[in-house]
Amino acid sequence: MEIKISVNVNGKDYVREVEPRTLLVHFLRDTLRLTGTHIGCDTSSCGACTIHVDGIAVKSCTMLAVQADGSSITTIEGLAQGAELHPLQEGFKECHGLQCGFCTPGMIMTAADLLAKNPCPSESEIRHGLEGNFCRCTGYHNIVKAVQYAAEKMGNEVSA
Amino acid sequence: MEEAIEILQNGSYAKVLGGGHSLVPALKLRLNAPETLVDVTRIESLKGIAIEDGTLVIGAANTHHEIATSADVHNTLSFLAKGASAIGDVQVRNKGTIGGSIAHADPSADWPALLLAADASIVIQGADGTKTVAAQDFFTGFFSTILEESDIITQIRIPIPPEGTKSTYQKFVQPASRFAIVGCAAVKEPSGATRVAFAGVSDYAFRDEAVESASSSGASAEEAASKAAEGVSIMSDHYASEDYRKHLAKVYARRALVEVS
Repeated sequence: MEIKISVNVNGKDYVREVEPRTLLVHFLRDTLRLTGTHIGCDTSSCGACTIHVDGIAVKSCTMLAVQADGSSITTIEGLAQGAELHPLQEGFKECHGLQCGFCTPGMIMTAADLLAKNPCPSESEIRHGLEGNFCRCTGYHNIVKAVQYAAEKMGNEVSA
Repeated sequence: MEEAIEILQNGSYAKVLGGGHSLVPALKLRLNAPETLVDVTRIESLKGIAIEDGTLVIGAANTHHEIATSADVHNTLSFLAKGASAIGDVQVRNKGTIGGSIAHADPSADWPALLLAADASIVIQGADGTKTVAAQDFFTGFFSTILEESDIITQIRIPIPPEGTKSTYQKFVQPASRFAIVGCAAVKEPSGATRVAFAGVSDYAFRDEAVESASSSGASAEEAASKAAEGVSIMSDHYASEDYRKHLAKVYARRALVEVS
């Protein structure tokens, strides 16, 4: 039995039939072919699959696609404005916030949720806010710097 | 609500789905295989947080994040907000619900101990109407509660304690899952009456009456805490042995009691 769902992903509307057991991350990757969202642990521990559902960070490996019916979803593919990187993407590039890059989409989506709630986080608030995301290269210092870079840039844009 | 209860009653094996942060992982592990899931998170009457006649009323479908950031919770029972903000990580708090957590009754979850110490009541709607159950009667064992197959938790009701009451939640965190290896919730009213409940120690969250009666009758934090987790079966796993957990229970009881003294 397939169930029809309607979702808006990165500004585009989709209506698709899904098996009720389909996880949201599989729907995004396999059905919509948005493979920027990664599957790391598949046990809601590592945060690699983090996306935004109605503006909040969630782990898409621990949500069924049918639970997202009617929602607006943003994935890593939806952050850049054309060729212009999102400040967080730029920060990760400038501050060497990635090594193998596997955790990066999830890190950036969680950091975006953090900066939306707290535009000027302290270092400890950034570390606390990223508790749900693991970097197996252990590159946390530069990830924190990347988020600070983005916070500063986004703050400057607001005040400019 | 009526439709949800009807589906739960219709004969097929159905489970209530809250935020899905306990049930979906259980489904993936094939620990549970319901034929039907009933997502209750969009039922409007299960949402909202309010103060009604000296009682804090939390709709069962509120997420941990919503509770952690609620002004009503902060202003009346701030230790519940702090406890909620110590659950899992941001993404888990954004999806997981209080009703889902207590229905799942994971022995290492934070809400059961928090609600026991807060002397909360749980409102349940089922085939036979609505009933209200004290938290102390709700949890019955390892991942077990009094909930029947067609029951849905609708509200958690917590009496707002008298002015001057102190409360805290002290938690020793498992660093990957962020579940409590040991969590101790304590509430001390100005009269001295003390409630102390543990997460992570035994098969299910429990109030520790030996600690409570010692503290309520004026024993020091040190002395009351030394009685913690005696006479209960204590969990043992690869994170913490039985002896270590028992030791931690006493340490965290002392920290909690110092905090509320």
